[in-house]
Amino acid sequence: MYRYDEYDQSIVDARVEEFRDQVERRLSGALTEDQFKPLRLMNGLYLQLHAYMLRVAVPYGTLDSRQMRMLGHIARKYDRGYGHFTTRQNIQYNWIKLADAPDILAELATVQMHAIQTSGNCIRNISSDQFAGAAADEVADPRPWAELLRQWSTFHPEFTYLPRKFKIAVIAADEDRAAMRLHDIGIQLLERDGVLGAKIFVGGGMGRTPMIAHEVKDFITADHLMSYLEACLRVYNRYGRRDNIYKARIKILLHEIGVDAYREQVEAEFAAIRDLGIDPPVAELARITAMFAGPDFASDAPDTIDRSDPDFAVWLDQNVAAHKQPGHAIVTISLKPIGGIPGDASADQIDLMADLAERYGHDELRVTHAQNIVLPHVRKADLYAIWTALRDAGLAEANLDLISDIIACPGLDYCSLANARSIPLAQKIGERFAGRQRELGELKLKISGCINACGHHHAGHIGILGVDKKGTENYQLLLGGSGAEDVSLGKITGPGFDEDGVVDAIERVTDRYVELREGGERFLDTYRRVGMQPFKEAIYG
Amino acid sequence: MKLLTGNDLATGDVVWWTGGDWSRHIEDAVDVGGQGEAILRAEEGARRVNVPYLIDAEATEQGPRPAHIKDRIRALGPTVRPDLTLKPADADAGAWVI
Repeated sequence: MYRYDEYDQSIVDARVEEFRDQVERRLSGALTEDQFKPLRLMNGLYLQLHAYMLRVAVPYGTLDSRQMRMLGHIARKYDRGYGHFTTRQNIQYNWIKLADAPDILAELATVQMHAIQTSGNCIRNISSDQFAGAAADEVADPRPWAELLRQWSTFHPEFTYLPRKFKIAVIAADEDRAAMRLHDIGIQLLERDGVLGAKIFVGGGMGRTPMIAHEVKDFITADHLMSYLEACLRVYNRYGRRDNIYKARIKILLHEIGVDAYREQVEAEFAAIRDLGIDPPVAELARITAMFAGPDFASDAPDTIDRSDPDFAVWLDQNVAAHKQPGHAIVTISLKPIGGIPGDASADQIDLMADLAERYGHDELRVTHAQNIVLPHVRKADLYAIWTALRDAGLAEANLDLISDIIACPGLDYCSLANARSIPLAQKIGERFAGRQRELGELKLKISGCINACGHHHAGHIGILGVDKKGTENYQLLLGGSGAEDVSLGKITGPGFDEDGVVDAIERVTDRYVELREGGERFLDTYRRVGMQPFKEAIYG
Repeated sequence: MKLLTGNDLATGDVVWWTGGDWSRHIEDAVDVGGQGEAILRAEEGARRVNVPYLIDAEATEQGPRPAHIKDRIRALGPTVRPDLTLKPADADAGAWVI
């Protein structure tokens, strides 16, 4: 893992003290809310329905056990005993007091964490593949590049006031586990003729105008990746709209001027800046990369697993993935217990996951964009002990990528932007399908409580969008989305439903899927083969 | 009836205008009638409460009930965590929201 040097630490420490002064001036009345709001947002502090909400950055979703324990400590000391892991691989606390915020940030700084750039029109937390460094299919570890991007984008003087927020994902495998093409910039590291480089996608995103990112550069060698990205951002910063918040994202710029015109501008900018020293010195990249050297895996770790406990075997098949190292495995801890709140974990559960990472997982954890937690490096021989501990803590739901593994935004229960509640719907769907979810196979269901799409509903095999219909909650149903390498945007089925109605509609959709599926087809495959009509008939008659 | 609401500056708690002060409990809220805008401007100046705003509500036997579900959730707390609402002992409190 990356460790702060003195510059990183001094930047974060200075930011804490700066914010402490700003909070004091706000509490004394020296600053108005209009003056203070942009300052608190730059430090991840929102005002939500019930209280202030603090969003803490987890760079590319990577944590060690000490940091994870700090998250549990903050939940216990400053919040109400829990935290909410988000689709940006971050964590949010829902019940923060303004006066406590500087102390929280100071405590986070002691474990090299912060809340910088988790809001505002800047480059947000860089997201990545939660299996980075453990997956057999990656060409390189994407995390050194994600860390480089973090350093490049932190307080970047040109990109602190972009037209709108900006999200970047970096992956290094053909399997896209990070919804890469639904980002403002998606980076896929590739190797060609023995040279490391990247394919660059620009202009993806969800929100009210969902778009899939366009390929803007087929291959840029790694030694010029940063300067090429700088060119991409510069063109956006120059031409992106600032007069209309709904048309300010880079996806709208590409849509309006066209991919070719955007690419032409970027290439011209790149030609002008590529030799100005923006790319890191080889030694600096080597310094960062060295910190991501894999753990010292036991070469003699046994490769067999005792599957005699049937419940354990089910979890093994569903939540455990292959590791590049023989005798090892990747564990995904579901934060989606049936009837629970997607992404929430209590302070005790957070501590337990930290303990398991320390004891069995080379001290590493990852937050996934699907709001789960990963132990990326565990010995197969330890899986049963891990599962037993998780089970005792209510964390052993064997539902990864099944219909109850729902991405859901906080919705109207917490969020001031939401139009409808997301969480109760997730709970009802989980309960309705708990007994037959394995029969349905991979089925990614995602719920947003408003058009801003924080719950990724456009990318759900089944998506749900909550809307306000004359003061009551109403839910639109979408089918056919995907955030993976087979990326697509879901389509609305037709008129919306109330809360119970949408759960019934989903059951009719899945019943029709079971009737229509061929062989081992996933729901998404069947939908793509037969189209919307059979499902519309099932829903609306 | 019209209610004035906002979030307490220091704690972020949802608060309701009681006629001379702010309360966390909507049962204490008063109808500000046509004085809402004037009170709102005065309270913005006092800087105790963030982004105060006026809402429509209905007078009921149990007290004021906001017209919009968002403000009913603000008044009670998250419907998915009864233990974190202002009425953790009332198992039926969530029904008031819906």
